[in-house]
Amino acid sequence: MSELLLTTEGETHVVVKRRFEASPEALYRAHLDPELIQQWCLGPEGWTMPVCVNEAKPGGKIRYEWSNGKGMGFFLTGEILELDPPHRIVHVERMHMPDATPDNRIVTTFVADGSGTLMTMRMSLPNAETRKAMLATGMERGMEASYVRLERLSGSKASS
Amino acid sequence: MKLDAALDRTLAALADPTRRGILARLALGEATVSELAEPFAISQPAISRHIRVLSEAGLIAQRVSGTKRPCRLAPGALSELDEYLEMLRGALTHNYRRLDQLLAKQAKGKDKSP
Repeated sequence: MSELLLTTEGETHVVVKRRFEASPEALYRAHLDPELIQQWCLGPEGWTMPVCVNEAKPGGKIRYEWSNGKGMGFFLTGEILELDPPHRIVHVERMHMPDATPDNRIVTTFVADGSGTLMTMRMSLPNAETRKAMLATGMERGMEASYVRLERLSGSKASS
Repeated sequence: MKLDAALDRTLAALADPTRRGILARLALGEATVSELAEPFAISQPAISRHIRVLSEAGLIAQRVSGTKRPCRLAPGALSELDEYLEMLRGALTHNYRRLDQLLAKQAKGKDKSP
């Protein structure tokens, strides 16, 4: 299963599961080492992360800044709450768009699964207001065609 | 929770690129099953199965017109919550594909070192 499994838990949480062909140690490192984070945690195509701070220790600060190279950008700040290497990361984060969204506590676990690792990430579902703000930031720009289509779909709904 | 089960069904229905393609086509207006099958290199029974999944998820509606059963988008099919979760799925899918590549590169680097 290298396909992403995304489910909701009640009306308050989202649970994401995915399998990787690598050890829990490698996954754990990839989630905490800024040099590695900058290479993959970029969202849609066309975005980069010019600033990446992750103090990888309990109480350590997190700051990720994204840019699309065309003057659009936003950033995230957070703190590490708990670390249990290489199996568990608990952190809190908020987006700044530019107003800060409510704190999102995220628990990420890595469990060995055969030759790979099963990652599970459990996080809060943002409230309706935050979701609307996120959809309006242009984060969806440059997304694969299906999302452009979905956008058009919702647009045509609004105008009908 | 009932609402949650419905949302999970919507998400499962949206997880497939062919079904998203069908929705995109229906956003332009009503279409018959054979019209919907046209852009995809899959059989009509396969398209019919996709249509059934979309219909059960409440995303599309079908009516009977002679021997044809044209489909249209169900009103209010996609909430802003669906849209948000799809956006999240899109961003994470891209992230984890890049992470796959990064991890593969690291594993290869390790093999080479003494």
